[in-house]
Amino acid sequence: MLLRHTTAKEIDRQALTINPAKTCQPVGAMYAALGIHGCLPHSHGSQGCCAYHRSALTRHFKEPVMASTSSFSEGSSVFGGASNLTQAIQTIFTVYNPDIIAVHTTCLSETIGDDLNSIVSKAQEDGLIPEGKKVIYCNTPSYVGSHVTGYSNQVAAMVKFFSKATPHKRNVINIVNGWMEPSDQREIKRLAKEMEARIIMFPDMTDSLDSPLTGKFEMYPKGGVTQADLIATGDSKFSIGLGPECIEDTCVKLDAKCHVKYDVVDIPIGLKATDRFIMSLSHHTGLPVPDSITDDRGRLLDMVADNSKYLYGKRVALFGDPDTLVPLVEFLVSLDMKPVYVVTGTESKYFNERMKEILKDIPEAKYKSGGRSDTFLLHQWIKQEGVDMIFGNTYAKYIARDENIPLIRTGFPIADRPGHNFFPVTGYVGATNLVIQILTGFLDKQDRTCLEEKVEFQM
Amino acid sequence: MEQDISKEIDLSKFKEEVIKAYPPKVAKKRSKAIVYNDPENRPVIQANVRTVPGIITQRGCTYAGCKGVVLGPSRDIVNITHGPIGCGFYSWLTRRNQTRPDGPDDANFIPYAFSTDIGEKNIVFGGEEKLKQAIREAYELFHPKAIAIFSTCPVGLIGDDVHRVARQMTEEIGNGIIIFGFSCEGYRGVSQSAGHHIANNGLFKNLIGLDDTVEGKYKYRVNLLGEYNIGGDAFALEDLLERCGIELVATMSGNSTLQQFERAHTADLSLVMCHRSINYVATMLETAFGIPWVKANFIGSEATAKSLRKIGEYFGDIELKARIEEVIAEDQAKVKKALAEVYPKTKGKLAMLFVGGSRAHHYQELFNELGMRTLSSGYEFGHRDDYEGRRVIPTIQIDADSRNIEEITVTKDPTRYRERKTPEEIETLTKKGLEFNGYDGMMSEMKKGTLIIDDLSHYEMEKLIEMYHPDVFCAGVKEKYCVQKMGIPLKQLHNYDSGGPYAGFEGAINFYKDIEQVVCCTIWKQLKAPWEQKAYVEAEYVG
Repeated sequence: MLLRHTTAKEIDRQALTINPAKTCQPVGAMYAALGIHGCLPHSHGSQGCCAYHRSALTRHFKEPVMASTSSFSEGSSVFGGASNLTQAIQTIFTVYNPDIIAVHTTCLSETIGDDLNSIVSKAQEDGLIPEGKKVIYCNTPSYVGSHVTGYSNQVAAMVKFFSKATPHKRNVINIVNGWMEPSDQREIKRLAKEMEARIIMFPDMTDSLDSPLTGKFEMYPKGGVTQADLIATGDSKFSIGLGPECIEDTCVKLDAKCHVKYDVVDIPIGLKATDRFIMSLSHHTGLPVPDSITDDRGRLLDMVADNSKYLYGKRVALFGDPDTLVPLVEFLVSLDMKPVYVVTGTESKYFNERMKEILKDIPEAKYKSGGRSDTFLLHQWIKQEGVDMIFGNTYAKYIARDENIPLIRTGFPIADRPGHNFFPVTGYVGATNLVIQILTGFLDKQDRTCLEEKVEFQM
Repeated sequence: MEQDISKEIDLSKFKEEVIKAYPPKVAKKRSKAIVYNDPENRPVIQANVRTVPGIITQRGCTYAGCKGVVLGPSRDIVNITHGPIGCGFYSWLTRRNQTRPDGPDDANFIPYAFSTDIGEKNIVFGGEEKLKQAIREAYELFHPKAIAIFSTCPVGLIGDDVHRVARQMTEEIGNGIIIFGFSCEGYRGVSQSAGHHIANNGLFKNLIGLDDTVEGKYKYRVNLLGEYNIGGDAFALEDLLERCGIELVATMSGNSTLQQFERAHTADLSLVMCHRSINYVATMLETAFGIPWVKANFIGSEATAKSLRKIGEYFGDIELKARIEEVIAEDQAKVKKALAEVYPKTKGKLAMLFVGGSRAHHYQELFNELGMRTLSSGYEFGHRDDYEGRRVIPTIQIDADSRNIEEITVTKDPTRYRERKTPEEIETLTKKGLEFNGYDGMMSEMKKGTLIIDDLSHYEMEKLIEMYHPDVFCAGVKEKYCVQKMGIPLKQLHNYDSGGPYAGFEGAINFYKDIEQVVCCTIWKQLKAPWEQKAYVEAEYVG
């Protein structure tokens, strides 16, 4: 057994996290910053943070993930990191020439209390930031929240540093993306295009973390939201935010700064969440939903109806992030499956409230968010009473193998399979992809393990 | 006669070209880390110094070197990261350290990440109580023989004393449990290297020498130091030593257990694989217990044969030597066959290697066997001695960053020190070519005129590829996809991608096959779409 020390016996853990279902803020900030065109994320702390975050993102996307670091020494930890950041700004603009440096902090620079505002202002005054270039920053102490919080803080910084309201509102809708794959964002763009909606999407990882092999390395790939578009978000007539934990704060701030009203909906994963997103988009653009989208929806329903017998009543365990789990669990319920165990390491009122509502008809369901809501706990629950399937990142593989249950890879990081940045899980097409994966998981297992006389030609 | 590589490929413009892009002060600093090799008259290279802030470096931190590299591969210690969740998360199963418990009831904590996940309250009021509680919970759940605590940046800054907690909890839990801490905060030192040193100190202070039991099938007893079982390397070497009739007392730390650390002092020879990460323990074992060490290299068929013969020579037993020769003959026949199939495809290809503290050196052996040439190489966290050889150690200036790393004083163990060889025997063996406590560094084995670069930056990497188009570039995961976007395959030499083992004879064969795949992969020739090709464009649009 891989996780041979995990047993059904729970103890009341107050301090020890085992096999976490979250990681720390800065990696989220780094990911979000990669969704800005011409931007180099910068980690203000020890080298290791930057190396770890780049490695984690690289293993997941199998793409270049460029970021720099303030390379703190023991001296900087004592005397402050101002000179490190100042030197970093100079070096980065000279050697790597981005349009924007997006600085985020770490637990180290936060604990010693480095003031990014004053360091960057001083660098500006001293002429270290070339004309037309920009240094933006956000605070992402690793000892608060999770990677989701870091993502949220970085996206909010985009509004803080760029969004601007002129007297002229434009007939454009902001789509503020929660943590998704580039493929998921591409699908949302496609839906908006089908509807002929004019949108600004930010952050935007399409063509940034799914770039083609051409023989040329582009340090700043063609994707990412442009500075001009970020500025223009202040003139958009409305924002639709996808995923409250990741972007509600940004929508609120954009409204406060530029009076752009907003609607925060769940990330459109699955039938109902996509329905709500499409309705919101249609409502706020004033555009009708085209038949092509209705057909997408119909094809999803068709597949679910055809295969319902394989889905009905199946017990499922899931871990991941609140913004993804909420619509995903809701979708499984709408497939008549039973999501019985759900955990996220990210403390989330949104998650708790929505789980209560979504899982109200499944009395045996257990869910938990925040401290010690880890995959060890989830596995203990599974040991207490088994499940038919698990959803999670690559770490779920160890549970799946021990328990001999199919795994559907969702979340971050997925380090052991390609495809997640090609095939979306958003929209009706993404939901169809998910149903195919679920069915493949069950049916492959049946084909592999059933008695020979029970092997079916048609399933 | 040394072949001067610069006569065939003009590397001389590289340094000049690359430092032009840097601000003056950075250029001055980087220029000391970029040298042209001369094995006869080795240049001084700047190494183990701070990376300039803003430079995109390959390097990680002290925590990564201590928890990730040295302690991570051991399976029966509960390793608790004391800090915010990230550090523990990122060092969870990410290094491909394989392990093979003896049976279903044996402890194996490698698939687990343990963290105190400290929050804002702990930063303000201290995290020691939470750490203590975490240790209690770990004990209640798992009953491990040992628990190690690893400090992260904020823990050091707020003043949590992990060593005091370790002492208190050892007493509280009792039952013979061993609990020890590491002050391996990420801001110490300049790279992972400081973490290796801190880990070495901790192993010596807390584990080595705790158990005097001498067990095993064979008379000749060795330690394998600096072997981390990436991709199963240690498995391959365990098997090889077993076939030669050599008892492996302790591996540090691939596929290891607590007991191996505790009994390491009962071996009679230490073989040092990765000099950078483990030379401290090797030296301490000699000072305290009288175990000499030799540099060994099991990467490459010839190097493996040479290292095995060193062991035979050291123990001086005719039967052992004969057995070793049998194994070498048997395995090299297989190696030869495998090489013959691959060699025509790999011969003459160019390689560049930028990893670690030993692999950028050792893997050149394998490339040589494949008929490939290494144009440029460098370490991510090596010291000058790893480049120029240990003889330069007395001339290395200790800067503030190194001074912060604890140096422990080790003295002769009053009862257990045992001279393994008399000074006369050592002298005789030395004359026979066995070098004790020595490592001659990367430069000794690289061709004249090759480029050696320490702590390669992203910009320098891009330039190297742009100017010299190697056939394979060896580095880590952060570099992998940047290089491949340029149309050059990258072989990871930290984690071997999904390959390995690459150590020993078996490993050499695996490596040959994997490099054959790398240099023969045809997709790289398809980068231009038919409509993007010059002939097509001209035919369609010209005239």
